[in-house]
Amino acid sequence: MHLAPRDTQAFRGNFTYRNSRKAIERFPFPFPEDDYRYSVNIEPHRLPGPKGSVYEHMLDIDEHYLSETAERDMVLMQDPGRCLAMPHMEPACWDLVEFVMSCYAKDYPEHFSFERQGDECLWENRPLKIQQRFRFGDPASLPLPPMEYIGRQMQGDFALLDQRHGDLFMDAGVITSPADWSLAFDAGMSFKQWHGPVPLAHEMGVFERALKYLCAIQAGGPVRRLNWTMTIHPRMDSSPETYHEWGRDRTTITPDNVGKDVFLRVELQTLVRMPRSHALFFGIRTYLISLDDLVTNQVWARRLHRVLKGLPQALVDYKGLSRYRGTLVEWLSQYDDDVEPREYSSIGSTT
Amino acid sequence: MSASLSVRVASIETITPVIKQFTLASTGTPLPPFSPGSHIVVTLPIRERMCRNAYSLLGDPADNGLYHIAVRRQDASRGGSRYLHEEVKVGDRLTVSSPANLFLPSWEARHHLLIAGGIGMTPFMSYLHEFRRRGVSYELHCAFRDSATGDYRAWLEQQAGQRLYCYESERPDFTRLLAEKPLGTHVYVCGPDAMLQAVIAAARDLGWGSGRVHYEAFAGPQPGRPFVARLARSGGEIAVEGESSLLEALEAYGVEVPNLCRGGVCGQCRTVVVEGQVEHRDSFLDDSEKQRHRAIMPCVSRAQSDTLILDL
Ligand code: HEM
Ligand code: FES
Repeated sequence: MHLAPRDTQAFRGNFTYRNSRKAIERFPFPFPEDDYRYSVNIEPHRLPGPKGSVYEHMLDIDEHYLSETAERDMVLMQDPGRCLAMPHMEPACWDLVEFVMSCYAKDYPEHFSFERQGDECLWENRPLKIQQRFRFGDPASLPLPPMEYIGRQMQGDFALLDQRHGDLFMDAGVITSPADWSLAFDAGMSFKQWHGPVPLAHEMGVFERALKYLCAIQAGGPVRRLNWTMTIHPRMDSSPETYHEWGRDRTTITPDNVGKDVFLRVELQTLVRMPRSHALFFGIRTYLISLDDLVTNQVWARRLHRVLKGLPQALVDYKGLSRYRGTLVEWLSQYDDDVEPREYSSIGSTT
Repeated sequence: MSASLSVRVASIETITPVIKQFTLASTGTPLPPFSPGSHIVVTLPIRERMCRNAYSLLGDPADNGLYHIAVRRQDASRGGSRYLHEEVKVGDRLTVSSPANLFLPSWEARHHLLIAGGIGMTPFMSYLHEFRRRGVSYELHCAFRDSATGDYRAWLEQQAGQRLYCYESERPDFTRLLAEKPLGTHVYVCGPDAMLQAVIAAARDLGWGSGRVHYEAFAGPQPGRPFVARLARSGGEIAVEGESSLLEALEAYGVEVPNLCRGGVCGQCRTVVVEGQVEHRDSFLDDSEKQRHRAIMPCVSRAQSDTLILDL
């Protein structure tokens, strides 16, 4: 896999983020239907997934690896509170070190290697030019605390959830590209507490069922789901802490800049049981695609039009689309000829 | 649910006349690590059907490479433990599940009170390794039906020292045990059902919140009366023998039911009952659900009536 050069202006300032043709093709488009409603959309993360797809490996890495890790460094420098590990999560942090290093080394051997003899470990991250010997379980043998050490080398955010009393608690993580939520605010909260702001889903019983399912996840049985929202400019860090920097962007959308400035933002969330600590790993890989790139796929363009048109107002408000949904739907309508695509024609009709 | 692993029996030790310890090694890629309190499900081919038994992993979770299980020979059982005792030899291959954990220590506890009956000490053996590493406060009470727990008792004495309390023939006074404990204590019990119920009742009477009471309930399926399971949706009819669980009978018939613990605790195998009376043996459904006879956990529960119609 080819990695694009490190670029500190990809997700801020000049917003130089660009997707290659290949990145567009493998974009995880999240809508299986013209209607979008919340549901318990969790499925087994069966490996390996289709070759070249974002599901091929346990943890997906793509061409933006260097720019995203650079962005992570900048965010953490400005706000160290994006990284949190409560003391009782120490064993989970070591589980994470082993999990990430062995997955990266196994799935991307051209970029990473990980060797372990007893507790003596050797880790190599060639793209970031890191070579590190350390003793497994000994924090003094690493230049940073274990979770932060490996967390800074990961593409994508993650939380480590402690499981107790049949519930999950947000007790550790590195979150530098949240879709408008804050790790510092959610720290220590339970599953239903941190999902508090989400509309409709609680009443539908979505979180009740999801939590039961998540608590039963066992080592060796990872699962995944997709979540989505929209962002103006390819801005990874849309956190409440920096709202003053990006909030007003939502008022700038016009028919002329929709295609260039509005991005569909999809999160591939993977849930993996950490084997020794029994903590749950919750990985969030975020994929951004400009609408100009998205509409190069006719099926996606038509479907996104229909999804946005029919999206319940509560979801429009929650996802922060209220100011520009109208402009967006109008612009997308040019890609929806309103003729029912064949797959949707009713069964038995003889046309 | 969790992937299955092929393992080789690396050694077999006789701990007592009725308990054997099996050490299992990988046959290729290293065995996955596990957390304290984990178990594996061992698949055994017994007379044309597959018998699956769950056993706690009693080794050190920090050790990579080997799994250790203790198998008590249950003469009343469906043959799984007898098969392991009599048929399985060093060098044999076995199929086991990846480790799963339904009995994890609550690390936020200020003090851990462990209560074991007989072979019920095995999940606590993996706890003790991790407790030592973390330096947590605990005590272990073991009731032995017979003094025949040999090497395990010696090992526990060596690990736990002053924190080990043994009971030979008398039963511990659970109410007194629990009453003396500081706030923030969690109690864990693993052993025969009567012991579980007694500890749960004592905790309830003392006003302990259920979040502080943990139990490992799976006893594995016990034999019972034969009955017929009829499948309402697919239309099949399955004779469930006394020696086989309903879940095993369904699997042999080609019906996949999600499952995990195979011991009536995880809730994964819950199946809707259309008609019939259920003999509930699980710890997942609550009392009112059990009385309605509209759901069954087929991994352990059976039928009271001659026929059970399932929504499958
Ligand atoms: C344990 C892992 C999970 C974590 C750490 C997590 C975290 C979060 C967070 C922080 C939010 C933002 C809430 C806010 O507005 O402040 C959120 C939103 C949401 N979560 Fe989760 N979540 C997890 C698992 C799940 C699962 C399994 C589901 C399955 C249904 C789910 C469904 C949702 C939905 C529907 C939203 C609203 C998203 C939107 O409309 O943009 N979450 N989650
Ligand atoms: S498999 Fe767990 S309750 Fe039946």
